[in-house]
Amino acid sequence: MSSEFTKLFELIISASLINNFVFTRFLGLCIFFGVSKKMETAVGMSITFTAVMMISASLSWLIFNYVMVPMDITFLKIIVFIGIVAGLVQASDTIMRKVAPGLYYKLGIYLALISTNCIILAVPLINAGEKYSFIQSLAFGLGSGLGFALALIIMASIREKLELAEVPAPFKGLPMAFVVTGLIALAFTGFSGLITL
Amino acid sequence: MAAQTGKVNYIELITNGIVKENTIFKLALSLCPSIAVTNNLKNGVLMGVAVLFVQVMVNITISLMRKIIHPRIRLPIFMLVISGWVTITDMSMAAAVPDVYKQMGLYIQLIVAFASILARAEMFASKNRIAPSMADGIGMGIGFLFALTVISFFRELIGKGSVWGMPIVHTKPLLIMILPAGGFFAVGILMAFFNWIDVKFFKKGASAHH
Repeated sequence: MSSEFTKLFELIISASLINNFVFTRFLGLCIFFGVSKKMETAVGMSITFTAVMMISASLSWLIFNYVMVPMDITFLKIIVFIGIVAGLVQASDTIMRKVAPGLYYKLGIYLALISTNCIILAVPLINAGEKYSFIQSLAFGLGSGLGFALALIIMASIREKLELAEVPAPFKGLPMAFVVTGLIALAFTGFSGLITL
Repeated sequence: MAAQTGKVNYIELITNGIVKENTIFKLALSLCPSIAVTNNLKNGVLMGVAVLFVQVMVNITISLMRKIIHPRIRLPIFMLVISGWVTITDMSMAAAVPDVYKQMGLYIQLIVAFASILARAEMFASKNRIAPSMADGIGMGIGFLFALTVISFFRELIGKGSVWGMPIVHTKPLLIMILPAGGFFAVGILMAFFNWIDVKFFKKGASAHH
């Protein structure tokens, strides 16, 4: 049992630090550069993101393993997963508006952004490709969400300072953000080899 | 976009996607593969071709179906069409180039989440006839292919000292350019370079702002 736990822990650490979605897998970059301008939006996005990621990971695991594998239609996984994600985002949007209007007011706009994000689709695809078990998929979803949150928060705190810095004119805005991300990514390569799965 | 009046300037449609609205350098959309698969020229070009194919086919399909799609449910239908064509591309590439596919299969599947493809379907193909939609798709696709080719060319040249796997420079390569971090540096510097050209020669404001 304890080795099972260590394995899950390793999975979370590896998904969040070593194979960080932004810095080593380069996914979700549009959102990453889009919402990392302010700390407040970055935090809101991270919370929404991690929650949706875990739900979509578990939901698509169930559908993949109990519906698609028995029916031998795994080649349709892209279509099915994007349907699940879009439906899930729409559903949580509606539910949140009815059940928790306060929360919806705060996090609602991030939900709409999520449906166009590739990470949310990548998690189920990787889960299916690696043949993770249900608990492992959940752990992978959690780890990826935390990793993305970490990346967003680091980046937001740097960009708030960057506003005041004097940057050469052609580098203003996005190009500079890219170079900064490169530097963070360089720092994150230090994590590789932390755990060998 | 004078498609409705009958006279269509195809040249302008195609160059629009390559220069004025270049997906990566100008709109800063669909950035994930621009860094993920560009550590050598071959992968970059193949990814660009895959996107070009999907973009053109999606534009044609949407344009064909534009009169029978109910506007209320257009987005789910667009997504279905896109994921259908992505599945086709994914499976053909898995069969045709298995060694490359092993490295970038995930990113091929994720073409489905490209904002740029959905945006062209929504903004152009659903309102225009087939020929202009196809030209628009070709322009956007070539623009993307061009961006990926430039990025991956420089990264492979500097990071490995080779082009398309053939060694060219025999000095010690700057390994960082093929590492993940190098991708961010390359895109950032190239973006700044294109901004600089814009400001210097066309006297426009820097356009790659978010």
